[in-house]
Amino acid sequence: MSDVVTDSSAPVAAPAEGRPRAAAPGPGPGPAPRARITGRWARVSYLFVSGYVVFLAVFGVLPTLYALRMSVVDDQGAFVGTENFARAFADFRFLPAVAHVGAFLGLWLVSLMVLVTLLALIVHGIGRRWLSSGVRFVYYIPGALAGASSVVLWLFVLNPTVSPVSAVLHALGLETFVQTVSPGNLPVVFAVIAFWTGAGGWIVVMYGALNGISVEVLEAAKLDGAGAVRTALNIQLPMLRKWISYMAIMSLAAGTQLFVEPRVLSQASHAVVPVDYSLNQLAYLFAFKQQDLNGSAAIAVTLLVVSLGLSVVFVVRGGLFERD
Amino acid sequence: MTSPHPRARSIRPRRRLALTAAVTASLAALTACSGGSGSGDPSSDGGAAGEYGFETATQDPSAAITVWVDASREPAAQAFMQAHPDVPVTVETYDGGADGSGSFQTKVEAFNQAGSGWPDVVFSTQNNDAAWASQGNDPFAAPLDKGYFDSSFLDGFTPGALNPTTVDDTVYGLRNDLAPTVLWYDKALMDQFGYEVPTTWEEYQALGEKVAAEHPGYIIGDVGDTFAEEIYFWSAKAPVNVVTGADEFSADTSDPKAVAMATLIDTLLDADVLALDSVFSPEFVQKYTGKVLMLPGPVWYSGALFSNADSLNAQPGTIAAGLPLAWDGEEPAAGNVGGGTWYISRHSANLEAAKTFLEFVTSDDAYQVDMAPGLPAFKAAGDKWLANQEATGFFAAGFADTVSTAAGQVWDGWGFPRFSQEAVWAKTVTPELAAGTSLVDLLPDWETAITNEAQANGYQVP
Repeated sequence: MSDVVTDSSAPVAAPAEGRPRAAAPGPGPGPAPRARITGRWARVSYLFVSGYVVFLAVFGVLPTLYALRMSVVDDQGAFVGTENFARAFADFRFLPAVAHVGAFLGLWLVSLMVLVTLLALIVHGIGRRWLSSGVRFVYYIPGALAGASSVVLWLFVLNPTVSPVSAVLHALGLETFVQTVSPGNLPVVFAVIAFWTGAGGWIVVMYGALNGISVEVLEAAKLDGAGAVRTALNIQLPMLRKWISYMAIMSLAAGTQLFVEPRVLSQASHAVVPVDYSLNQLAYLFAFKQQDLNGSAAIAVTLLVVSLGLSVVFVVRGGLFERD
Repeated sequence: MTSPHPRARSIRPRRRLALTAAVTASLAALTACSGGSGSGDPSSDGGAAGEYGFETATQDPSAAITVWVDASREPAAQAFMQAHPDVPVTVETYDGGADGSGSFQTKVEAFNQAGSGWPDVVFSTQNNDAAWASQGNDPFAAPLDKGYFDSSFLDGFTPGALNPTTVDDTVYGLRNDLAPTVLWYDKALMDQFGYEVPTTWEEYQALGEKVAAEHPGYIIGDVGDTFAEEIYFWSAKAPVNVVTGADEFSADTSDPKAVAMATLIDTLLDADVLALDSVFSPEFVQKYTGKVLMLPGPVWYSGALFSNADSLNAQPGTIAAGLPLAWDGEEPAAGNVGGGTWYISRHSANLEAAKTFLEFVTSDDAYQVDMAPGLPAFKAAGDKWLANQEATGFFAAGFADTVSTAAGQVWDGWGFPRFSQEAVWAKTVTPELAAGTSLVDLLPDWETAITNEAQANGYQVP
């Protein structure tokens, strides 16, 4: 990154999700004061984070530790090592579920990162204020339909008989609902649903991040003869890097936990979409259908390890915790 | 409402006992008229396994009972509340476990973990729930024939009706309706086309090919539903769902009967005389109203499809039920699709009310004869229901006899395992059939899927 960039402040927009940012530099333009916070203010800051820490401990850390313990003991509490993992991995539904979630994640994360960034740049480039805010609002609307309700809406969109976009479905050779939700199409279907629901919020976040790039930098680029594309590639994208990683991590965490969409589609499609489509569904079946809570914990821990591993990659590659 | 789990009972305030006793006194009259003879002292604290054959929770005769029904059984609960306004009932609808969704079991297991929250009475559209609900460290379903229900009442069910809910000679649930498959056909169309009603699968296939040539557009069956295997393979006597012991299971889709049925379905799909839409889908109604020449299917198609204004809405007197089909030279056999079941929770705090409820919804004329869409499993109600159907003249003559005969012909080689054949069929076969794959080619995959599911559910598969 150039020296000019170093001084820029963090984007002012708050992340859409409720997690506090890990390492947010000080607010305001110009060289951010890195003065050490001491004394009374330090104590107040503990107060501010305490609410989060308490909930993190009760609903995040403790259940995780509990799951870790359960994944290595049997139902009598005796230590069994990796037996639960071996049983879960050997289950005939495990590898298909991994493949399903992997395909969905691949499609969704790539489309999210590419399209959201692109759309945010375009929206940011729109000169007219009313049009820009109008478009942002429209993008954001689907995000208001949470989880299951958005899937219910998609049930209609995906059914060629009643869909408002039935022409598109017919053009793709899909004549019935069962064909639309056949196993080969499901990763795309879920990726489209997830993108439609979540992208708007991220576009707003990215827009905020773009606003955080100081006007001087952009004007300097313009004076040097950079067009919109060049500015985007050489100035805006590098400065969005952290935000793109942040989006990737949050989406990865949400995506590996795919559950509601296949569950609702399963009921609506009369079980053509299987109840054991995703890893999280499989964990649910292990726990509540086979009464194998330890196997379920093993799947949950595996999911955690994989998501953590991938998140570390994004954090390191995206420089998320770097302080300029 | 349900009482807490036995594990939690020790920390329960004693105050509750006193309250229970007080309420009991004021409600003694009420319990007396709800038909609870020999129920013992309702205030007696649970624990003793004696009287009903299981450990009961602390009873509270004023406690509301929570009843889970699917949308189709909501009228049953409404009818009960009208007939028994004195019994407090909370009705909650859920999917009824339809298509093998397993929601009944998964919810109950979650409550088992929580140690509270169980519903008192549950209706399930599936008939294999007793297999899990009677088992485990903390079984859900209360045994009904060990002192809880009068044996004279249980004897009132059609012989064999309680088989799906009977495990190790103990009855864990009551059957709502019988669902043998019959050969539905449009008598008016058959007469018009000059066709004979087939009695064997071979004749059925031959007629299908004839229809394809002479009257294209008409259908003689549907394989688009999750229960298609119960209509076709169960009545074909295909050994693909054989429970040979508490933990033993086998499935053989390469059996000649399974292959013969798959070949028949492939042939008729190629001839375009079998539909691939679910009979409940708007597409089915849109495409095939007036085009259904024959339709092998359960008895409850009567109310669900033919005399339903939102479905096929047939003209009175046109639709007839034919006897189940046989393989050439063999005895005919019927399949079976569901026939709902009712269960009572062992954790119920008001077993008297739960019993009153179950007796009403399974046997009372006000629901089973006057409102029920399917053939009641309770014999007396079933006979009246059939007579009513016959009297309305909606179905062509002989309906009652045919259905009674079919009810006695359900093939007993199809088991009730702890997993759903419907769910396996839906995910393995339905999308492939829709994509045009031949069913014969799918048979090995289907068998693998069945045996995998059986093993995952703790069965030994040879």
